[in-house]
Amino acid sequence: MTDTFTKRTPHLARRHAREIRFQWLGKIAISIAVGFLLIMVGTISWMGAGALKQTQISLQVYLDPQEIDTSAVEKADYGAMVKTALRATFPEVKKRRDTRKLYKLLSSQAAFGLQRQIKENPDLIGQTKSVWFIASDDVDMFFKANITVDTNGNAGKLDEKQVQWLATLDKSGAVRSRFNTGFFLSGDSREPELAGILSAFAGTTLTLFVCFLLSFPIGILAAVYLEEFIPENRWSDLIEVNINNLAAVPSIVFGLLGLAVFLNAFDLPRSSPLVGGMVLALMTLPTIIIASRSALRSVPPSIREAALGIGATRTQMVFHHVAPLAMSGMLTGTIIGMARALGETAPLLMIGMVAFIVDTPTSILQPATALPVQIFLWADSPERGFLEKTSAAIIVLIAFLIAMNLIAIILRNKYRQRF
Amino acid sequence: MYKKTLIAGLLLSSTILAAGSNVAFAREQIRIVGSSTVFPFATTVAERFGKTTEFKTPIVESTGSGGGLKLFCSGDGENDPDITNASRRIKTSEVKKCAANGITDIVEVKIGYDGIVLANSKKAKALELTLKDVFLALAKNVPDGDGKTKANSYKTWSDVNPALPNVKIEVMGPPPTSGTRDAFVELAMEGGCKSFKWIKALKKKDKKAYKALCQTIREDGAFIEAGENDNLIVQKLNANPSAFGVFGFSFLDQNTDTIQGSKINGVEPDFDQISDGSYPVSRSLYFYVKKSRIGKTAGITEYLAEFANDKAWGPEGYLADKGLIPMSEKERKDWAAKVKGLQNLSM
Repeated sequence: MTDTFTKRTPHLARRHAREIRFQWLGKIAISIAVGFLLIMVGTISWMGAGALKQTQISLQVYLDPQEIDTSAVEKADYGAMVKTALRATFPEVKKRRDTRKLYKLLSSQAAFGLQRQIKENPDLIGQTKSVWFIASDDVDMFFKANITVDTNGNAGKLDEKQVQWLATLDKSGAVRSRFNTGFFLSGDSREPELAGILSAFAGTTLTLFVCFLLSFPIGILAAVYLEEFIPENRWSDLIEVNINNLAAVPSIVFGLLGLAVFLNAFDLPRSSPLVGGMVLALMTLPTIIIASRSALRSVPPSIREAALGIGATRTQMVFHHVAPLAMSGMLTGTIIGMARALGETAPLLMIGMVAFIVDTPTSILQPATALPVQIFLWADSPERGFLEKTSAAIIVLIAFLIAMNLIAIILRNKYRQRF
Repeated sequence: MYKKTLIAGLLLSSTILAAGSNVAFAREQIRIVGSSTVFPFATTVAERFGKTTEFKTPIVESTGSGGGLKLFCSGDGENDPDITNASRRIKTSEVKKCAANGITDIVEVKIGYDGIVLANSKKAKALELTLKDVFLALAKNVPDGDGKTKANSYKTWSDVNPALPNVKIEVMGPPPTSGTRDAFVELAMEGGCKSFKWIKALKKKDKKAYKALCQTIREDGAFIEAGENDNLIVQKLNANPSAFGVFGFSFLDQNTDTIQGSKINGVEPDFDQISDGSYPVSRSLYFYVKKSRIGKTAGITEYLAEFANDKAWGPEGYLADKGLIPMSEKERKDWAAKVKGLQNLSM
């Protein structure tokens, strides 16, 4: 007895070593994956954090009652008022070329902010008031230290004089950094300091909503029929092969299909979330069908037999017993499909959703764009300020994805508890 | 539980669909497609136009010049674009295609110029190149000295021209699908290619051979296709000071703190030199408008007025801030008059 044990000990050690080795390999694999994830999320958050802050400059503005007609407050030339205020702050700046440089410190749309304030509070007319204006993107980048001053005193597009003016302003406390609410509450803009994510966010929400409404019921009904009802013959095999192939078709192909069918044949409005959702639904359907079928297959046959045994029809058997049990799997499949749809730009390109759209869509027929498209467009813009916006938009996209997954997990747990 | 969720879902969807059905299908918004080079300028004008007039902000799609003209010419309906941007002039074949689909009245608007630059990091020295140097450094086949060609074997800039530094040739540029690449090949490569007399003579004899020689970029790794994203090229230049990048002037303009443009034929790529035409690698930018849509789509004439205006396209206009190189005063006047009179395109 003892002999056999002592003989087997080296073998056992080898087996244990193999076990430990394997566990270590697993740990290394996981830590590499987690490491990459951390690097990715870390760099994106690091780069995107800047977009949450906005540089503002304060000026003393005289709200001249002769310039502002109280009956039509919005018609006044607020641009001129802002320019006058800037010149008053730097009275030594006289030359036309220099005043133009001075005006460039503020966002080109600064006047709209002033207009809004006066509209909300007309009593201010006639007073001299200190007003905070959004700084231009170059100034914003300068204060966020994304641009360094070179030996000639220039900083990127800002020249020596502008840098000096900014230093003066900064010293007098007329520069502040605030949370950038505009990023979440406004639509796209060509000015980095004004660009926001709202229009793309709304577009993505509407598009995915249409996609869900179409792909979930169709996908699940198709899966139930294919799995539980269809007689097995050559046709059912053909359908199965086709669905599996469709799941692997590159997404741009679905975009071309959408262009040919939904836009050209059905004449639906271009760039609308309706068409976008329909195209994405086509793309996600195979994924949902395949996942739902495997969820149905995993329901033990005893449940089906028991239902049929006590006299249920096949429809009753499926909808009362099998489908509810498979629901959590079907939901997972749907979410995986939708998550893929969330990140797609290629099919949207063909149906006109890769576009500059400022207005936030409120219905599925209005032109809209989507979050990944917004990221793509910003990443492609020459202005430096869009760099941090791109990363911030990626964070929003990831947050959207996490929210979607959370909903799926909650729903899944809920249905699991029923049985 | 099932039913409640279902009913809630249906209610939600019906409200959204109902909200949609209030919107009329008639077009109250201009639709613009076309070139990705003109895209930043068109969107800037569109945004201003939306903010300063009672019209809605136009939708601007970035489809590329060719793709834009294809969409533009495909029909005259409610769902077709009203305007297309192009980083080259419309071709006769495209005018014919338009006419075949009933679009005969097109207004052409030239908006300004775009320079293509060969830039490198400020950490390295700026280069002074000629078009001939550019051609010799980047062509697939180069002249071997006695009227024949050989495969390009130049490894460093000093191989091309002894006056240049002994630095490996490494140029990042856009892929063939890009309009910038087309323009670079046509203006820079072909320009340098033509400086050889016998090649110029070849153009008349054998146009195909001429094109193959002048317009083929080398594929041995000296020219790196870096994708359509010019920001990426700028970032790579910062990381690799010995490399050069090919991209539009607006990207140089926005990154003057880190990169510098090479002089070409002794001319620096800056605002004034591109504007007056002395910088050799520049092209004209256009957009095209369907006359038949004026009156059907709200705001087209007003959009044209916003664009063809010194406030926008002038040397001190807001498009200049975005990197558009303005036309000369006379040219601007001529084009503004054409736009005002809605003059038909003549090839």
